[in-house]
Amino acid sequence: MELHTLKAHELQDKLRKKEVSATEIAQSFLKRIDAVEDKVQAFITRTPEAALAQARRVDEKIARGERLAPLAGLPGVLKDNICVKGTKTTCGSRILENFVPPYDATVAARLAGQDAVILGKTNLDEFAMGSSTENSAFFTSRNPWDLSAVPGGSSGGSGAAVSAAMALWGLGSDTGGSVRLPAAFCGIVGLKPTYGRVSRYGLVAYGSSLDQIGPLTRDVRDCALVMGAIAGHDPLDSTSVEAPVPDYTKALVPDLKGMKIGIPKEYFVAGLDPAVEKAIQGAIEQLRSLGAECREVSMPHTEYALAAYYLIATSEASSNLARYDGVGYGHRGQGNDIVAMYKRTRTEGFGEEARRRIMLGTYALSSGYYDAYYLKALKVRTLIRQDFDKAFDQVDVLVAPISPTTAFKIGEKVEDPLAMYLQDVCTVPINLAGVPAISLPCGFSGGLPVGLQIIGRPLGEEALLRAAYAFEQANDYHRRLAPVGEV
Amino acid sequence: MKITRQDVEQVALLSRLEIAGGEAEKFTGQLNAIFGYIDMLNKVDTEGVEPTAHVLPLKNVMRPDEVRASLPREEALANAPAREDGFFKVPKILEG
Repeated sequence: MELHTLKAHELQDKLRKKEVSATEIAQSFLKRIDAVEDKVQAFITRTPEAALAQARRVDEKIARGERLAPLAGLPGVLKDNICVKGTKTTCGSRILENFVPPYDATVAARLAGQDAVILGKTNLDEFAMGSSTENSAFFTSRNPWDLSAVPGGSSGGSGAAVSAAMALWGLGSDTGGSVRLPAAFCGIVGLKPTYGRVSRYGLVAYGSSLDQIGPLTRDVRDCALVMGAIAGHDPLDSTSVEAPVPDYTKALVPDLKGMKIGIPKEYFVAGLDPAVEKAIQGAIEQLRSLGAECREVSMPHTEYALAAYYLIATSEASSNLARYDGVGYGHRGQGNDIVAMYKRTRTEGFGEEARRRIMLGTYALSSGYYDAYYLKALKVRTLIRQDFDKAFDQVDVLVAPISPTTAFKIGEKVEDPLAMYLQDVCTVPINLAGVPAISLPCGFSGGLPVGLQIIGRPLGEEALLRAAYAFEQANDYHRRLAPVGEV
Repeated sequence: MKITRQDVEQVALLSRLEIAGGEAEKFTGQLNAIFGYIDMLNKVDTEGVEPTAHVLPLKNVMRPDEVRASLPREEALANAPAREDGFFKVPKILEG
């Protein structure tokens, strides 16, 4: 048995029983990365020396008989839009290609405080804008289940790394599905927490009212473990929620007696791949047999969510990305006056999708169009939130697909931005409403994983984890390992 | 509503982006396709609906105004593309 094939909670157990050392665990993952990274291309920056040094510190603590934090000695990866002091943080962009943050994101500081081992920073669509990692300025990551397919995005590097057993856990960020989509495409678990549950301090901003950091893991117990390590109030993020953090692992009970599950019919519409629909319907039957009471609910504004999302997200992005001006940090282009310098800097520094979204958002916010576009989208956002409120008056969680299809081929959608945006139709309503949602595998189609989405009330992560855990334990999807090009 | 090439050029200027010749055509076509999709929002009756800019019941978050450690100058300047005498250096902004 090779260590890298185990789950985080299994290795946590072995570490405590002294059956294995943190150094052995770290070495096993570094060896795995050396073996498959050329094929998967998940990492922008690898940090093997720092990982081994951290593992040695954990082994010293064990030798001294000190108590270990839950994630101590367990190797993971961070999406490269999460700042780590002294480690390059590129956001998948030329404009930040050489940026070395002088401070830690709160999640990075918390993980370091827990003695977690960080193996490196992972690839993403530039500034987290995309659904495939094809918008990365550097390279496209590959899906470990089919190397000619995308891993999903934008947190595709973290998804691919965890799926290919190059890391036990990964952090991503989810603005419109960017944790859940790669989890679905890569056959792993991904959680978008309630807005405000995890600090955004040190996460490079894309859509500030939508962004949320979340874990990608190989099973639901590991998801609960990582959530416990990163959740909680942070005075450095003024949108951070002041609510106590529960022990998420206590929510993991394998039956669903008394749980009411809603099936929003608007998520099962034209364009949904029949194989995906079949897998989701099969999952709903299983949830019912586990004791849940399932009923159809209606969320009538669902079809408008994607249009509202692309106005709101791009408007916020156009404002957030105004800071890249070539003055304080990042790439600078040459120009004789200040405006020429700004234009050269931003044109050379941003890739096509970032420029497209900046222009989209600038247009939506510009004089004469603000009411028709941005304000209209904010009002539709209210109606979408109300759909969720009404649904949660009747049921505890909602079940839906993550994506209309399984992972698509690299190159298939790059020429058609609207087709790429439509990939997010089942995930963006959740960000608009600020509620939590989890993705986990519920079947395979043509050798590619199908993702099941479970959506909860604000701060209702425990209900999601309970439903996800019960479903996972009744199946064996979490025990399958991606082939990574082997037959 | 149709977005023209002139609109795209104006938006690029507001965004501080340059648009190369062929790109203006491409972006014009793409923005028209995207806004063509977005126009479905006109079907939604939002009369009397309050906008949601943020999902949390946000209020001003206050803290005591205490002096705390800040980034040392060297670290703040470490990523600067150009610097001089402990300052960020930029092209000339004002004539004179």
